[in-house]
This record gives sequence, C-alpha cells and structure tokens, in this order.
Amino acid sequence: MTIAMNVLTIAAGLLFTGAAVFAVIRIVRGPSILDRVVASDVLLTTLILVLGMEMTLNGHTRTIPIMVVMAATAVFGTIAVARYVTQQDNPGEDRS
Amino acid sequence: MTDDVLDLLAAVCLFLGAFLSLAAGVGLLRFPDALSRLHAATKPQILGLIFVVTAIALESRSWSTLLALVPVVLFQVLTAPISAHMVGRAGYRTKNFRKDLLLVDELDEAVDRATREADAEGGLAVKQSAREEPPVKEG
Repeated sequence: MTIAMNVLTIAAGLLFTGAAVFAVIRIVRGPSILDRVVASDVLLTTLILVLGMEMTLNGHTRTIPIMVVMAATAVFGTIAVARYVTQQDNPGEDRS
Repeated sequence: MTDDVLDLLAAVCLFLGAFLSLAAGVGLLRFPDALSRLHAATKPQILGLIFVVTAIALESRSWSTLLALVPVVLFQVLTAPISAHMVGRAGYRTKNFRKDLLLVDELDEAVDRATREADAEGGLAVKQSAREEPPVKEG
C-alpha cells in the first residue's frame, strides 16, 4: 500500500513538472499573446494544484487560503490581457 | 485499514489531477491554434482542481477543512468560464484561429446578419435625423 502511494505521488510530481514545463515552453514560443495568456493560465492552475499536493503530502491545511485567493483572482490577468488584444497582435500565417 | 484505503484514494486523486494537468500541457504544445489550445487549457482548471481538493479532503478528514475547500472550487467554477469567454472572444475578433480547421462558423453568419441589419438601421437613422421630426411608426 505504501509503495503504491509512493509511486503514485512521485508520478504525480513528475506529471505536474511536465505540465509546468510545457506551459512555459508555450509562453516562450506562443505566436500570439492569446497563446501566452492561455499558457500562463495553465501555469497558474498547475501552481494551485501543486500547492494542494504539497498540503496532502505534508498533512497540513495552511495554504488553503492561498488556493482560494489564487482561484478567485486568476481571472483578472486573463481578462485584462484579452480585453486589449488588437488586430495587430495577430501573427498571421507564420505560426510555429 | 480504512485510513489506508482513504490515503490510497487520495493518492489516486492526486495522480488523476496531475494527469489532467499534463494533458493540458501537452495540448498547449500540440494543438494548432489559440482556440484549440484554450480547449486543452480548461481541463485541469475545473476537474483537476476538484480531484486535488478531493485528495486534500480525503487526507485531512475533517469537516472544517472540507468547508474551507468549497470556496476554492466555487471561485474557480465561477471565474474559469469568464476568462475562457474573454480569450475566445478576443481570439475570434482578431482572427486568431485557423479557418481551414473549422467545419462550420456559425458566428460568422450571425456577424454578417448583424452587420447587414446595422447598416440598414444606420442608413434609416441618417434619413430620419435629416427630416428633423420623430419618425411615425408604421404597422
């Protein structure tokens, strides 16, 4: 039982790492600002989930307020960027 | 015994949340345009968070923790559609999507119709203001 839990936990950590790395790659490469904002949203969500995982592993509940605040305010950055996207931010056909 | 089972369930929930998160990352890298990447990105925002919150609740096993975890999911469920809507709207307006990948663009027809109606009404309004009297409603 303990071995299975350890394996699952380590695998979860690796998956979170992969998700964060992929999101950062998309932030760096993303042709338009919308791709970057979506990717940073994913990065923030991954951060919330990692905070939750850390609480589960160490058996405390102190970072729940941080999760609440991040879940509630993540929307503002996305709205602020998406509201002011203009036509000239469109990279055209040369997307990677 | 029950504690062991609950701990294992919590670990499984963590793994599922992490898997959804990785799915979003892979989708971000592999999908062709901003709107499909948006589709991939919204997977861990709700279901992944619910899995991880379930894991925390299973691990701590107290009602007060569960009560504190409810607003996390609540706020995320409230705000994730707003941000997705704003990004999708901006992506459509700036033509930031691959038109050749679309099967049907229903919004395009709606925009065309609305533009035609606005043109017709705009022309009418100009004529009416030139007449300098309130228009008589017909019919």
